[in-house]
Amino acid sequence: MTELLYGIAVAPFKDMAGSPAFFAEVLIGGVFAGLMYSLVALGFVLIFKASGVFNFAQGAMVLFAALTLVGLIERGVPVALALVLTTAVMVALAWVIERVVLRPLVNQEHIILFMATIGLTFFLEGFGEMVWGANVKKLDIGIPDRSFIVAGIQINQLELSAAVTSAVLVAVLAVFFQRTRIGRALRAVADDHEAALSIGIPLKTIWMIVWSVAGIVAIVAGIMWGAKSGVQFSLSLIALKSLPVLILGGFTSVPGAIVGGLIIGVGEKMGEVYWGPLVGGAIENWFAYVLALAFLLFRPQGLFGEKIIERV
Amino acid sequence: MTGPDARPLLEVAGVSVRFGALVALNQVSLGICHGEILAIIGPNGAGKTTLLNAISGFYHPYEGRIVFDGKDRTHLKPPDVAALGIARTFQNVALFKGMSVLDNLMTGRLLKMKGSFLLEALYWGPARRQELEHRAFVERIIDFLEIQAIRKTAAGRLPYGLQKRVELGRALAAEPELLLLDEPMAGMNVEEKEDMCRFILDVNGEFGTTIALIEHDMGVVMDISDRVAVLDYGRKIADGAPEQVRKDPAVRDAYLGVSHD
Amino acid sequence: MIYREAGQFRTTYASDQAIFPIPQDRWFVVFAAVAAFVIPPLAANEYWLQAVLIPFLIYSLAAIGLNLLTGYAGQLSLGTGGFMAVGAYAAFKLTTALPQLNIVVVFLLSGLIAAGVGLVFGIPSLRIKGFYLAVATLAAQFFLLWLFNKVPWFVNYASSGTITAPNRSVLGVIVTGPNATASVRYVTALALVVVGALVAKNLVRGRVGRSWMAIRDRDIAAEIIGVRPLRTKLLAFGISSFYCGVAGAELVFLYFGSAETLAFDITLSFLVLFMVIIGGLGSILGSFLGAAFIVLVPIFLTNAPQAMGLSLPVALQKQFELMVFGGLIIFFLIVEPHGLARLWQITKEKLRLWPFPH
Repeated sequence: MTELLYGIAVAPFKDMAGSPAFFAEVLIGGVFAGLMYSLVALGFVLIFKASGVFNFAQGAMVLFAALTLVGLIERGVPVALALVLTTAVMVALAWVIERVVLRPLVNQEHIILFMATIGLTFFLEGFGEMVWGANVKKLDIGIPDRSFIVAGIQINQLELSAAVTSAVLVAVLAVFFQRTRIGRALRAVADDHEAALSIGIPLKTIWMIVWSVAGIVAIVAGIMWGAKSGVQFSLSLIALKSLPVLILGGFTSVPGAIVGGLIIGVGEKMGEVYWGPLVGGAIENWFAYVLALAFLLFRPQGLFGEKIIERV
Repeated sequence: MTGPDARPLLEVAGVSVRFGALVALNQVSLGICHGEILAIIGPNGAGKTTLLNAISGFYHPYEGRIVFDGKDRTHLKPPDVAALGIARTFQNVALFKGMSVLDNLMTGRLLKMKGSFLLEALYWGPARRQELEHRAFVERIIDFLEIQAIRKTAAGRLPYGLQKRVELGRALAAEPELLLLDEPMAGMNVEEKEDMCRFILDVNGEFGTTIALIEHDMGVVMDISDRVAVLDYGRKIADGAPEQVRKDPAVRDAYLGVSHD
Repeated sequence: MIYREAGQFRTTYASDQAIFPIPQDRWFVVFAAVAAFVIPPLAANEYWLQAVLIPFLIYSLAAIGLNLLTGYAGQLSLGTGGFMAVGAYAAFKLTTALPQLNIVVVFLLSGLIAAGVGLVFGIPSLRIKGFYLAVATLAAQFFLLWLFNKVPWFVNYASSGTITAPNRSVLGVIVTGPNATASVRYVTALALVVVGALVAKNLVRGRVGRSWMAIRDRDIAAEIIGVRPLRTKLLAFGISSFYCGVAGAELVFLYFGSAETLAFDITLSFLVLFMVIIGGLGSILGSFLGAAFIVLVPIFLTNAPQAMGLSLPVALQKQFELMVFGGLIIFFLIVEPHGLARLWQITKEKLRLWPFPH
């Protein structure tokens, strides 16, 4: 018994203090993984905020974007042009989704729209692999996967550029939401569909824009993840991992998605490395969910989410 | 018709309800007597619905007491309030939209039904008999409210006026001692209002149910209530017979918007 | 329709409260049930029993379970696969520890164990709703499968990590295991799903079902009537998980024969959710229709290209299936968001008036 307590409460911290460089590497690895979750979660939040749709297909969109990009590059298209083309494809996809899936289902219950996005997930996975093939592909966009050492800590160049890119993207999105006319319109829609319609904001346009932006976020996530571990089917599974991020951060908060992602990323890496061996490892699979669950009991609206108030 | 008797069925004593800095109810004291129809009136935002919510257990007052039938029940939760024999309707109609009218009313009988899970799973013996007994009771309410034709219709598909009527039926199905009605006639046309008035008077007259209702239509209030209480800015400013309240200068000020300084 | 409802009057509340108030309907259903017990074991070949009918019956039971929770009580769950796994592993542990115990009893006990686990994971439903709850149920899904994977005790320390259905007989007939015939397994699954559907129907048309639907439709109004939210939701989680647990045990014992945790992963949760939504939320009949749809569509998609004389490479075939499956789901949601059960109801109403349009 004491041994177990020691294993839970003392030994891990001793390990951390004993080897600070290793600790820092675990921490950085966690931050990087967390940023990836954040990027996917960000796509969720954008769409949920503007349309109340819980877009399960965000992960499939990441996969689809990465597949498209890597497919184009493989066929000899220069990287820059491939990026532009992929963006165009994602915008076109947003347009099609708005026309074919969302518009006929407008005013349906949320669960119906949610189910439709699961259907969309299947469709995109099948379609993407049918067009671009199902093999694992290495995505090379010119950032070397090299490490350098600062103060005894290994830092990966790719991870660093990923972190910087995500930070820039989030900053841009924050400005977009706070400062631009479209951004304000988007927030109006999130608050009340009918009210937004009645003051002349075209819902169709808004949905189209927000899905396009989510598509672009998906490209960024796809590049980062694909460069790290190759473009493969499992990309769409990280979507599931970003769900607990949403719980932590709140479904409607952009900063929440970022912070939530970091907490989950760091938490699960730390948990796996320092506490995982106690229970035979592989706790990464559920740690995030159980953490989110525990969180829900104390703060159901998330760290940054709006408090849910029900009027009687 | 039995006249109201003076013993209070429900007593609200010095109750205050706050939401953050906003004081929605400020030391309101009010008695509801056995068998009477009490109308609660006041301008928008006066705290009328808050008062009903405090009585039915959705909000808990930060000071004061609520006593029902001689027992303190200030801090009960809504299901416990229901168990005491208090039923209510809501300002914006809170029916179970996916269920038929019949099922809505049967749900109102919930507390009168005994749970016996295994028998219900088999729909056998006492469980089946109980279901049929309560069906018969609910059918009497359906006859009383004249909604026979819509008993199998989903509540969400009914026009607004009928929804209000069904909601009254659901509250009646619980055989309450005290019935709280939050704007039972809002949004109704004259004919529907007349029907509703008739139902309210009949419920009070035939079953002796004590009723407290919030209403804006002064004509209706003067017609059907035994007593009127007036709230304004979270305070009770008048309380008495309809005629007397109508003449009260403070009430007139509240309605005409004389400044409060 | 070959009969008319006009002129059929119900003179007692009892007859109006029946599941099938119209005598013709009642007789038809009884007849269909008897036929289902007799005809397929005699007429259907091994393929139909094994690949279509048995999974259809088992999935129907799981779909009824999820429909009670999501369709009736309004609590969205993505943990179905996890709860089914609990049933499967519990059944395996029980029957290997107590080989004398009747296998049907084992199934029911496994359901009870799954119900207990479901109750625990249902506790957050008091504080959270909708998608938040759905994510919480994912915790059940991932945690439970991880547990069964990691703890060798659950698989009796088998190095393969799989659980296998042993031969077990009821009344001298082998029902599960490698020696059980498809016909016997079919009849067992049918018997369980018939009883399960009847019990579910009885629950949802009575006191319990009404309090579930009340919570689903308007929880605040439900409370003021006396419905206690936590108790009601937990009951829904428990009963739903009971059904899922029994279905999970059946999945291994009557269908796969042996399985590892992969068989119960998140895909299964989604599959059952699809059945419920495509079949119709809040409809027992819909659970059957949805299960039939989900079982039949892949079979159809696999065979359709061949029937048309096309031979696709295996990988392409798989991707094509995914696409069409996804597309069909969207299509059905757009055509009839309330599911096949509603479609059936509308058809019936049209036929009732036929040949007149109104």
